Amino acid sequence: MRRYSAFAVAREAARYHTGWERAWRSPEPKKKYDVIIVGAGGHGLATAFYLGKNHGITNVAVLEKGWLGGGNTGRNTTIIRSNYLQDPSAALYEKARSLYETMSQDLNYNVMFSPRGVIMLAQTEHEVRGYKRTAHANALQGVQTEFIGPERVKQLVPIINLEGPRYPVLGGLWQARAGTARHDAVAWGYARACSDMGMDIIQQCEVTGVRSEGGKVTGVDTTRGAIDCDKLGMVVAGNSGPLAEMAGFRLPIESVALQALVSEPIKPCMDVVVMANTVHGYMSQSDKGEMVIGGGTDGYNNYTQRGAFHHIEETVRALVETFPMVSRLKMLRQWGGIVDVTGDRSPIIGKTPLGNCFINAGWGTGGFKTIPGGGWATAELIAKGEPGPLAAEFGMERFIEGRFIDESVAAGVAH
Amino acid sequence: MSTRLANGGRRIDRTRPVEFRFNGKRLKGFEGDTLASALLANDQMMMGRSFKYHRPRGVVASGSEEPNALFNMGEGGKFEPNQRATTTELFDGLSVTSQNHWPSLEFDVGVLNNYAARFLPAGFYYKTFMFPRPAWKHVFEPFIRQSAGLGRAPDKETLDADTYEHFYFFADVVVVGGGVAGLQAAKTAALSGAKVLIMEQDPHWGGRAMVDGEPEEGFVQRLVGELEGMDNVTMRRRMMGAGVYDHGYLLGYERLRDHAPMLAGPRHRLWRIRAGQIITATGAIERPLSFAGNDIPGVMLAGAVRDYIAEYGVSPGDRVAVVTNNDDAYRTAIAVKKAGLEVPVIVDARAGGGGELAREARGMGIRVENGKAIAKVTGGKRVKSVKLCAQAGEGAVLEEVACDAVAMSGGWSPVVHLWSHCGGKLVWDEAEAMFRPDESRPPLNQNGAGFVRCAGAANGALDLGAGLADADAAGKGAAEAAGFKARGDTLPDLAQDDALPIEPVWMMPQGAGPKLRMKAWLDYQNDVKVSDVQLAAREGYESVEHTKRYTTLGMATDQGKLSNINGLAILSDTLGQAIPQTGTTTFRPPYTPISMASIAGEARGEIFQPVRRTPMHAWHEANGAHWEPVGHWRRPYCYLKGEETPHEAVSREIRATRASLGLLDASTLGKLIVKGPDAGKFLDMLYTNMMSTLKPGRCRYGLMCSENGFLSDDGVVVRLDEDSFLCHTTTGGAERIHGHMEEWLQTEWWDWQVHVVNATEQWAQVGVVGPNSRKVLEKLGGDVDISKDGLSFMGYTSGKLGEFDARIFRIAFAGELSYEVAVPASQGRALWDALWDAGEEFGVTPYGTEAMHVMRAEKGFIMIGDETDGTVIPQDLGLHWAISKKKEDYIGKRAQERTFMQSSDRWQLVGLETVDGSVIPDGAYAVAEGENANGQRNVQGRVTSTYYSPTLDRGIAMGLVHKGPERMGEVIDFPGTDGTIYKAKIVDAVFYDPEGEKQNV
Repeated sequence: MRRYSAFAVAREAARYHTGWERAWRSPEPKKKYDVIIVGAGGHGLATAFYLGKNHGITNVAVLEKGWLGGGNTGRNTTIIRSNYLQDPSAALYEKARSLYETMSQDLNYNVMFSPRGVIMLAQTEHEVRGYKRTAHANALQGVQTEFIGPERVKQLVPIINLEGPRYPVLGGLWQARAGTARHDAVAWGYARACSDMGMDIIQQCEVTGVRSEGGKVTGVDTTRGAIDCDKLGMVVAGNSGPLAEMAGFRLPIESVALQALVSEPIKPCMDVVVMANTVHGYMSQSDKGEMVIGGGTDGYNNYTQRGAFHHIEETVRALVETFPMVSRLKMLRQWGGIVDVTGDRSPIIGKTPLGNCFINAGWGTGGFKTIPGGGWATAELIAKGEPGPLAAEFGMERFIEGRFIDESVAAGVAH
Repeated sequence: MSTRLANGGRRIDRTRPVEFRFNGKRLKGFEGDTLASALLANDQMMMGRSFKYHRPRGVVASGSEEPNALFNMGEGGKFEPNQRATTTELFDGLSVTSQNHWPSLEFDVGVLNNYAARFLPAGFYYKTFMFPRPAWKHVFEPFIRQSAGLGRAPDKETLDADTYEHFYFFADVVVVGGGVAGLQAAKTAALSGAKVLIMEQDPHWGGRAMVDGEPEEGFVQRLVGELEGMDNVTMRRRMMGAGVYDHGYLLGYERLRDHAPMLAGPRHRLWRIRAGQIITATGAIERPLSFAGNDIPGVMLAGAVRDYIAEYGVSPGDRVAVVTNNDDAYRTAIAVKKAGLEVPVIVDARAGGGGELAREARGMGIRVENGKAIAKVTGGKRVKSVKLCAQAGEGAVLEEVACDAVAMSGGWSPVVHLWSHCGGKLVWDEAEAMFRPDESRPPLNQNGAGFVRCAGAANGALDLGAGLADADAAGKGAAEAAGFKARGDTLPDLAQDDALPIEPVWMMPQGAGPKLRMKAWLDYQNDVKVSDVQLAAREGYESVEHTKRYTTLGMATDQGKLSNINGLAILSDTLGQAIPQTGTTTFRPPYTPISMASIAGEARGEIFQPVRRTPMHAWHEANGAHWEPVGHWRRPYCYLKGEETPHEAVSREIRATRASLGLLDASTLGKLIVKGPDAGKFLDMLYTNMMSTLKPGRCRYGLMCSENGFLSDDGVVVRLDEDSFLCHTTTGGAERIHGHMEEWLQTEWWDWQVHVVNATEQWAQVGVVGPNSRKVLEKLGGDVDISKDGLSFMGYTSGKLGEFDARIFRIAFAGELSYEVAVPASQGRALWDALWDAGEEFGVTPYGTEAMHVMRAEKGFIMIGDETDGTVIPQDLGLHWAISKKKEDYIGKRAQERTFMQSSDRWQLVGLETVDGSVIPDGAYAVAEGENANGQRNVQGRVTSTYYSPTLDRGIAMGLVHKGPERMGEVIDFPGTDGTIYKAKIVDAVFYDPEGEKQNV
């Protein structure tokens, strides 16, 4: 792999950029791999990357039914934060956040991680108490957050209206090292690095069946033929249910549409990410200048990757109220993705009823921010056959035991 | 130069001049102009700067596909960035400034990017700016953010000066697009008797036919007249079909006052339409051609050039070169010539040239060059000349032709956006070189049938006669699908166009080298060139979505209306695959950007979310209420007297209540009436307690859990009579619990004879609390017996309390002798006033939510949302007594039998008393020794409620602690976030009157 740098760009400019090589190879599938990862989204690619980097396993294929990074990795609002309440979540999300810090250098691909800071607004006494609790928990978890007052909020977010007649801003939970990254670049950077380690990323290759023998996985059937493997990782977010069904088990997961939208681009006016859970909306400004806005999930299950308009309406109302200047902007585009939501809104990383078959799913609305952490933990699980400390609490058995990791406590809506 | 012609201009009224300002300059136009046509008339071809390279840009199009001519418009509360000049109707006083440049449009420092363009190809930022690491956040990113962004951000403190509204509409058939196809489709559908809505985004009916020729003289006017005369037809201009959603849901975006901001009334109206069938007659958009310098101001779409001449009497230039791969652009050459301007050359990339129109152009003496191409356009801020070459070659220049405008046409693409929003599929039409709707794969409605059809040019029927026939069929089909008997209309007899076929030209010339490809623009606004798409393909970004995201092709404010097809054709060529194999990116709503304000509608400020008010709300307001939002209600947190702080007020209220008499407005408590022969059985399933055994006239405190076993709500249940119960819920829980009950009744126990009514707002309720509460009620008189024995603790009675129709519950949340009195809401304020007057001698004090919280904490009563957070089961809170052992089942029981729920390791409720009397901070955790496997400090409990107790004059708290009840007397540490360690002793949670003597008097 030839390294990317300003010098490389200058060198290529001299020959009209005709010398750039492919970012990742596009190989034909082999007969057999040590590990097959289904799903070339952020989590699938990160899992493959850490299988190679941390565990030396590189005879790996990542299968993708569409184009890599085309699911929720390429549809989210790119927020990265780790101000979670429960210990297992905070550990996982903070691991991910810290890996984002050096991801551009680690992958030699600029993913534009920008630790611009995230504020979660407190607009009721109940929220104030909730975020103070999170700040206490985070302090003991090694996650740097603080509860800040309204003046500091206004300083960080000049466009905010603190004195909205309905829900005045009483303060907020501030995580300075949280931020955003360029979502597509995360998938592309991992894909390039995986390909460079000799792994095969096979796009346009849909898994149609999971093969097993004696209770253990032996391979998959795909639209490009059967492929054998010793171990299988399922990392397919919103399509986890159908894939699990092929492997003969069911998941405690519901798939629902989650929507987002962007405004037309304007000159910089907001440097940090703001989340307002009481009124249901969050917003940041991309480097292109668009206000990137996230909404809620639909109240019914579906796989259509589009959602109902009333969620857009609810979200835009909330933001117009919170940031009055939004009223004079225009909505450029709205879209949806399918998120996989578990009973406690926390992910599943663990073994499955099928031997040597592992799963990473159920990220709900929090998938993008955990890509490196989820990949790290899933790679460890697949390599060792048992979860390490990061994934230990996230197995599916927790639903049977009642050992929930419920984050909705801290954030009323999307996280 | 571009200028106003002496004649022509169907839309403008030359007798009504209009003055407007552009970058501070005063300019004149006419009523009926668009901002773009008025600027062109003033020789202002250059209208903006591009996004990345800050290149000078002129207007390219005449409609909503325009990518370049975007302006900051208006001032103060009427300011708006990125206003599209081609769809902005001119009005007196309009004021715009151009965007994305510093210091001025003419001299822009950002153009340095243009000179460095060779070093800034698609995606260069993924390969650079990585070292040193902090530089991204502090140096590179701020620079990139500042140079991107287009329009100015609206002022942060200025409120929107306009109003907006929503409108709901239902129709059998909705037609989007008021060109001849749309009008015809609407008429045919309406003739069947179906209720029809037709909308047109433009201020005028008729679409392109008004420029290129109607089917017959006066056709549009006649059709519009006929439709206007039909009762079952609604017509709207300046209204765009913004998006199609599932189940026939369609958004209409009506711009009511953009063209006349001086008039009163809402600016935009968002139509929320349920349509039986939708017909999209949205026309087609012309494609640019990809040749070097195709972005220099003066290069325009051929159709737009003749629009400006015919509609506005404006010439884009004196010498207009025409370049095309199809016959349609000859119409532009002819129009230019007829307007008295010069057409130095028509460059037709097709070796065989054009048909009838080409002959006509030649007949007018226009030079036509077949098989030729533009190698390059010269000029900086304005076209100077075109250099011609052979289309088949690599761009060797044959000659240079001076001109000041170029009209280009790469063919037309049907507007398939609305068809595609909800899943309609496309098919590639090889002959016409375009994607058109695939009739066999339409968007499906709730019955699995198609609910959108396209008509006319939007359906690929570019020929006028074919388009009319297509529209007639669509109107008939839609009416039939909506359940009406329909037949076709009589159509004008039209001969088919004698046009020669288009020849796809994706690159001009065909063999253009890298130098030319780096100057051939695909996406004008985002500065994406042919070379960028090819680079993406070379680097493996082969999916059309990868290419889009890597190059930003089609991501600008025009969402690729001009660039998408050209871009994916270049991508296909580069990959050596057919265009349909490449496919398109996803079309998403809205069709063109719509105002956020229209989406928000009327809901802003005070009515953003309507405040729910109790009958006593105004009294609280007048008596110093310090408000707290609770759900959609506002409740007094406390009542401030004089200069006191909220903290002082809360203490005063508590002392007064405990000493004598307090009043609490408890009207917000949820009140659900559960009635029917199976009501008891139903409540036994909902509550952990046994409710069916409750006697009429008695109250019982009950707990409700989720299916997962977690405590979700609590409240007092009253049995009003044999088959009716009144279930009190928390203030925030009323709607949620009502929904929860309905869900179970409707999905699981639909055969049980129970119904539930939410009567929360029908009753006002007052907590009369304190040692003198009985006395004050007795003062009111009436026929109810509220004596110690007449109404015992947890008893209920109803009757006349003074003049009031009262329900009286003897319950106690504060631990004092107390009653809750409910009266019909209409009597609420009068009751409050009566209690106020009667209580005067006892020093009656109103108290708010905080005093209520503190008093219940002093008594060790739990609060939903404090002691519970969705992870707590009743057993954690020592509420075993409220869980019936006799019942076979209740919601949550099975979940509570799971191993972790049964574990003795769970954190359990205790009281906490700081050693020094201080108050533990909200949300603090109790630490334990050591760290866990993830390096996090071990914890052994947390505070759930913590207050200063004025009664005990010390900090008190409740908390969940690991095996807490077994550890009474132990002192544990709660670190604050500031490093202070709060030492607290584990004690019983009941701090006040543990024997309950106060409430049983």
